[in-house]
Amino acid sequence: MFFEYYKDLITELTKKDIKVRYKNSYLGYLWSLANPLFLALIFYFVFKVVTKVQMRDYTLFLISGLFVWQWINNSIMVGTNLYISNASLIKKVNFPRNFLAISLVLSEGFNFLISIPVIIGFMLYYNHYPSIKWFIYIPIALIITGIMIYSLSLMVATINLFFRDMERIIGLLMTFLFYMTPIIYPVTMIPKSYNFILYINPFAPFILMWQNIILHNTLNIKYLIVSLIYSIIFFLFSTFIFNKLKYKFAELV
Amino acid sequence: MIRVKFENVTKYYTLLNTGGIKHFILNFFKEYKKIKSNRFLALENISFEVKDKDVVGIIGKNGAGKSTTLGLIAGVLKPTSGRVEVNGRIAPLLELGAGFHPDLTGRENVILNGILLGMTKKEILSKLDSIIEFSELGEFIDQPIRIYSSGMMSRLGFSVAVHVDPEILLIDEVLSVGDFKFQEKSKNKIYEFKEKGKTIIFVSHDIGMVEELCDKVILIHDHKLLYQGDVKKGVELYERL
Repeated sequence: MFFEYYKDLITELTKKDIKVRYKNSYLGYLWSLANPLFLALIFYFVFKVVTKVQMRDYTLFLISGLFVWQWINNSIMVGTNLYISNASLIKKVNFPRNFLAISLVLSEGFNFLISIPVIIGFMLYYNHYPSIKWFIYIPIALIITGIMIYSLSLMVATINLFFRDMERIIGLLMTFLFYMTPIIYPVTMIPKSYNFILYINPFAPFILMWQNIILHNTLNIKYLIVSLIYSIIFFLFSTFIFNKLKYKFAELV
Repeated sequence: MIRVKFENVTKYYTLLNTGGIKHFILNFFKEYKKIKSNRFLALENISFEVKDKDVVGIIGKNGAGKSTTLGLIAGVLKPTSGRVEVNGRIAPLLELGAGFHPDLTGRENVILNGILLGMTKKEILSKLDSIIEFSELGEFIDQPIRIYSSGMMSRLGFSVAVHVDPEILLIDEVLSVGDFKFQEKSKNKIYEFKEKGKTIIFVSHDIGMVEELCDKVILIHDHKLLYQGDVKKGVELYERL
């Protein structure tokens, strides 16, 4: 009974998020591709055409990181306002509030999933072929990445209620972290003395894990474990602060 | 059976937002202490019980603490001290259509809203026809909510909420929704709940309606419980305030 209810709650909230996004727009699905593809075009122009970085299949490399980044970035950016934009609901109805964050991650994850065929299209163009191992690697990566994004969205959504400046801070921080993550440059180009950036940037192992799956058909164990550790830490931390503060939500939205 | 029980409930609201970050950093210790003490009282040491099948009216002036009481019962607020105990499924008729999304159709919103109010999808689908019929929206049900008038929206919200099949019904000033005919209909629905032996907690400034519907009143004045018991006496006290 409870299980059925929670399942319904998640499905309906997620379906709502997806439906609402595509209603009232003619291009619908194409919009979720537009952003990463445009970014890829920009970086291709800057780094391949203008500064002529020496790297094979640079476009495919960009694509392998940008779509995952969009999933992470969108969830966290929308997450900061998650509870504020659902104020009327929070004030009047008592339902498990973290389900809003779950549905956010799932609906953004759905966007990411349906962009995988586009990634495969690029791969084929560059003579890369997806392997059968993807059926194991991708679900594992999806789950770990999903838990991480859920935790971060829940965390920023909760904190933002108490400290509204969070929204601005997160906006800046995400731009900063985008350039600190090896998405537009390969990890091998980072000078040794700056390698520490990879370890303190929680998104780096996730992006590297996805790039390895897409570009090399391998699941790098080191990145997998670091990602897993990050997602567990953030999951525990965000659950802790959420549970501590959730009863104050209705007073603050 | 006791449906709702308040035991020495006190509720303070914490006020956040200080004089900005510069002020906060310069006066960190002073400000930090202030955050802890910067709060205002909404309810002070309130105790009461609502038994099964009771129909209770909560009356009091604006800002006395009526809505806070309902919020505590609905479980969206938590008391600062004391204990709130609630037994049974609640249908909050607090703000009708809370959480409706303007871009979804009436039908889609009914399903979403029903789930948020605690029903499973199966349950809602089995009641869907009855909900739509009660709302009298006809073919508008498949139109996006943003083209609805405010009365139509409330009608739909009311229809969903009364179909939750609650044991406890919380009503906060919502019986004045829709046109005259719909008001009658919604009042009848409330009486139907009363006849079925549901517990009803009713907040209203419409004293006539309180006298008509309720068997018991709780009078809250200045964040304290001033009187509980007989309707006539309670209303008399209230009118003299």
